[in-house]
Amino acid sequence: MITSLLVSIGIISLISVFLAILMVIADATIGNYGIVKISVNDKTKEFEVEGGQSLLRALNQEGVFIPSACGGRGSCGLCKVQVIEGAGEYLPTELPWISEEEKKQNIRLSCQVKAKTDMAIVIPEELFYVKEYSTVVESIKDLTHDIKEVRLLLKDPPSITTKAGQYIQFEVPEYGDLDESVYRAYSMASPPGDSTHVELEIRLVPNGICTTYVHEVLKEGDPVTINGPYGDFFLRETENNIIFIAGGSGMAPIKSILLDMEQRGIQRKATYFFGARSKRDLFLLDKMRELEEKMPNFKFVPALSEPLEEDNWEGEVGLITDVVRRMVEEAPSSEAYLCGSPGMIDACIKVLHELKVPEENIFYDKF
Amino acid sequence: MNGSITPLAIFFASIFTGNILLTNYLGMCSFLSVSKELKTSTGLGVAVIFVMATTTPLNWLVYQHLLIPFGLEYLRFIVFIIVIAAFVQLTEMTIERYSEPLYQSLGIFLPLITVNCAILGVSLFMVIREYSFFTSFLFGLGSGIGWFIAIIAMAGIRQKLRTAKIPPGLEGPGITLIIAGFMAMAFMGFSGMIALS
Repeated sequence: MITSLLVSIGIISLISVFLAILMVIADATIGNYGIVKISVNDKTKEFEVEGGQSLLRALNQEGVFIPSACGGRGSCGLCKVQVIEGAGEYLPTELPWISEEEKKQNIRLSCQVKAKTDMAIVIPEELFYVKEYSTVVESIKDLTHDIKEVRLLLKDPPSITTKAGQYIQFEVPEYGDLDESVYRAYSMASPPGDSTHVELEIRLVPNGICTTYVHEVLKEGDPVTINGPYGDFFLRETENNIIFIAGGSGMAPIKSILLDMEQRGIQRKATYFFGARSKRDLFLLDKMRELEEKMPNFKFVPALSEPLEEDNWEGEVGLITDVVRRMVEEAPSSEAYLCGSPGMIDACIKVLHELKVPEENIFYDKF
Repeated sequence: MNGSITPLAIFFASIFTGNILLTNYLGMCSFLSVSKELKTSTGLGVAVIFVMATTTPLNWLVYQHLLIPFGLEYLRFIVFIIVIAAFVQLTEMTIERYSEPLYQSLGIFLPLITVNCAILGVSLFMVIREYSFFTSFLFGLGSGIGWFIAIIAMAGIRQKLRTAKIPPGLEGPGITLIIAGFMAMAFMGFSGMIALS
């Protein structure tokens, strides 16, 4: 009995060891592509990486984070990168994600393309500043009945360089029925001046993976991994008047921009239209009033679409589009920054067009 | 030894009358999910032919010269899987290194079929039916070709089906399984020619 057990264990081990040795040898010979050079953005940066791994991983090791929601399995199609040379033909695993237009520009999925020879690629400049940060939850507060403010303290690296209005990706670890971590994007509500913290405003979406996690599982003191910053939703350096429009947790990037304006002493004329259903959906009113006092050219206009009787609401009433149409002045010389649901943004952009806000002056962040 | 049929007969029988996919319903998962496109089906089919034709004799050697002498026949499931996985991995690495076009058309599918039950099935049948080394090779090759024929036939039918009106409840896997059933019945028509034990 014992002998047969030992023999069987021995034989299985023998086979496994033999095959493992074979694999190690193969990896060191057949799988060894040596060091390959990756030249980024016409040689502004050059990396020497170990060949044979995916472009996504190779760049990752050099500290360049390409946004990727699935973690490199070719199932999200986010990690697109323009490869000028060295990628070979398109792989069948890439084709579902690549349009005809992108094919002409040699846009590839960086998680599928392997760095086997020297390569030349083009990536947006801002991705050089994207890093992964380990953080801890410093506080979680209820802003409304369904929006929580999560304040993260950065640990490693200890500070982040952002532009007000940008977003980060939040890693949701395995919990409940979720058997692999996923990433979700959230705008930062904290200003760039507060470089040691990242503040998020997260509204509970029924059955949302990340929002449920944040609302029901996450506690103060818990570790959270984020990466970023991403996005081109930030204040342009002009002298134009500013129209901000937001709804719900669309507050976050606008708040970041406003705090940044205050800290940097930007005195441009700005009006912030915030749409909500009833009074219980409004939040940070005190903060906004405080900003109005500090910045004489800033005006906060909350508007309720369906105020309840007990709200005793004396402010603006109506859909945010109607309020904007009614109140915006000097539209042709204004810039507009919008953040909210796609429905709200599309409706507001239509109104802004009617008011003759130039197309190139409208910036938005849909979620 | 199965003396009543010659190795050549086993080769043809494993393609038609004893088609691994249509008579044993092995390798169904990749058959259902990949048979949408003729091109990818061809790639996967060729990969299956290659892996079956190589791993079956390889497993024969391991079984005859390692497992039987030590009386460890009952370990064949786990050992066969390890051997198949390692072999497929090595082949993929080799192809990726030395032949770009081959990797494009074949290599990319190799990891997908490591866990294909038809491949393990062929190795296990070879043991049950007590084939010789040469017969095992022909049996693996034939089974691979049979699987290849089945999947490209299915891909062809599914490409035609794209324009057909299918009841909503039957779209996707539903209609595919029904068609696979018809194909299996059609292949039964061959059974008068040769029979696999």
